[in-house]
Amino acid sequence: MIRFLLRRCAQAVVVLLLVSVIVFCLLHLLPGGPARAILGVHATPTAVAAFNRENGLEGPLPVQYWHWLTGVLSGNLGFSYVQNESVASLLGQRLPKTAFLAGISVVLAVLIAVPVGFYQAVRRHRAGDYILTTVTLVLYSTPAFWVAIILIDVFAVRLHVVPAEAPQGSFSEVLSDPHALVLPVLTITLVTVAAFSRYIRSSVLDELAQEYVRMARSKGAGSRVILFGHVLRNAAGPVVTLLGLSLPFIVSGTLITEYVFNYPGVGLLAFNAATSQDYPVILGVVIVVAAATVVGSLLADITHAVLDPRVRTAAGIA
Amino acid sequence: MSLENVTTLGAAEVGPATDSQQPPGRLWLSTFARNRLAVIGLVVIVALLLFSFVGPLFYHTDQIHTRLAMETLPPGKGRPLGTDDVGYDELGRLMVGGQTMLEVAFGAAALAVVLGVLWGAVAGYVGGFIDGLMMRIVDALLAIPALLLLLFLATVFRPSVPILILVVGVTAWLVPARLIRAEALSLRSREYVLAAKTMGVRAPTIIFRHIITNSIGTILVNATFQIADAILVVAALSFLGLGIAPPATNWGAMLSDGLNFTYSGFWWLTYPPGVAIVLTVLAFNVVGDGLRDAFGLDSKHG
Repeated sequence: MIRFLLRRCAQAVVVLLLVSVIVFCLLHLLPGGPARAILGVHATPTAVAAFNRENGLEGPLPVQYWHWLTGVLSGNLGFSYVQNESVASLLGQRLPKTAFLAGISVVLAVLIAVPVGFYQAVRRHRAGDYILTTVTLVLYSTPAFWVAIILIDVFAVRLHVVPAEAPQGSFSEVLSDPHALVLPVLTITLVTVAAFSRYIRSSVLDELAQEYVRMARSKGAGSRVILFGHVLRNAAGPVVTLLGLSLPFIVSGTLITEYVFNYPGVGLLAFNAATSQDYPVILGVVIVVAAATVVGSLLADITHAVLDPRVRTAAGIA
Repeated sequence: MSLENVTTLGAAEVGPATDSQQPPGRLWLSTFARNRLAVIGLVVIVALLLFSFVGPLFYHTDQIHTRLAMETLPPGKGRPLGTDDVGYDELGRLMVGGQTMLEVAFGAAALAVVLGVLWGAVAGYVGGFIDGLMMRIVDALLAIPALLLLLFLATVFRPSVPILILVVGVTAWLVPARLIRAEALSLRSREYVLAAKTMGVRAPTIIFRHIITNSIGTILVNATFQIADAILVVAALSFLGLGIAPPATNWGAMLSDGLNFTYSGFWWLTYPPGVAIVLTVLAFNVVGDGLRDAFGLDSKHG
């Protein structure tokens, strides 16, 4: 187990370093480099030189990279010249709101998708499975923004039960307006349920085909015991892995949802940054989300290994 | 972007994929043909291609010049789906939008599959440290949400059809890379590969002739899902206003325009492009599922 832990952590560090190299490359992919991107195309060469000197953008690329990396590690994610605020403080204000929105939606999605996926797998090739498979497949093929538009059209425009705009302001103000949170949460939940239940259905089907199920059945164990005693525990592993790995997917869905409902989270921040060419902010969001994803999948793998000893030994191959 | 990716991750990480039992010859074709849902999906795809590319030859509309006097008219005689906020005929717009949509989707999927297959086949065949490094690069890129990366790239490059193909393609090759690498890991210890190696066949030849050829089922299935994914990604990007510049359009951009008129009840501006996206993605997903069954791959081969 210790060997597995060390190995997996070392891998995560390598991946994080590679993420930093990729983001650094993106920064230098900007036309004319970061200085031109921030100061504008009409900046004088002296201004560019002064900017570069101030921000450690002089010298060979490895030196610049080292300077940038040490800055990022000490929490300096750059400065937004558009909003005149540091990227770290912008993220600090908005991350809790996004984490809250995505968190509730994912918890709801798991609570719905696990029973649905189980039901489908157990009733495979019967009417219930076909109906649910069709519904989830259609939902899975539907872009998040169209789900949002339909929800707005039906619940806000036609039925007038909930507002179409998400709550605004600080984190506590967002919390105090649960009515306005209904549609954004529902959007992310629906899209996530569609993806999760498909995955859970196929993992449970895999488990049901295992020998231990046949063994238990031949011992005379009832289907209730098999399902809740054996399969549920074994299928928990894939669910944990799924949660760890689906963070980028959830972030993408959340970004779109925040845009449609004007929810003041990280997604909207990234979108506004993209339209106003505020590169430090986009790249700051990229770093934070990527780091969260790497750590998330590390935690998921460790949990999975705790739940299922087979993973510890098998991971030696990969 | 898609979770189809995630489904495949666990399998790829735990070890070499179980070998795909590909039915020999054309057997997979007849298996596929017997899957009624998949055949319907294929028919829908052909119909959508005809609608987008051949449709405008029969249904002439002006999709270049705006006609503000004709804005947001409801469906009626001579305009089956009404007009949009600058007077374009919505049905004609749906055809033109479908063209760019499908061009980008096919192009990006092809690029992603070629890149991913080469990367994965080389990593899996070479193995060792190189394989580890190549796969960690894939992990690192997978950790960055594609939509964020696309937001960044779309602001750096001015979007057009070729640029969108490039941008979506280079963010989508990671999943095929992982799948083919898993295939290559199991194929490289096969007797015929070992025999070829012993006879002095060079690595590139082995990779192309044996590894890639024998993974064709996985490649084909993944390519189909890649198209479905690319459509969702392009639609999302265009919906955020970072897609393609007017007067060119696609279904995502049309939905984005329509969003402003939800409160006015102009349903014909949102439901047709929305239905078009869902129908297309659904068709490709169904065909992908059908191909996967026909090639006898398990569900983790997404």
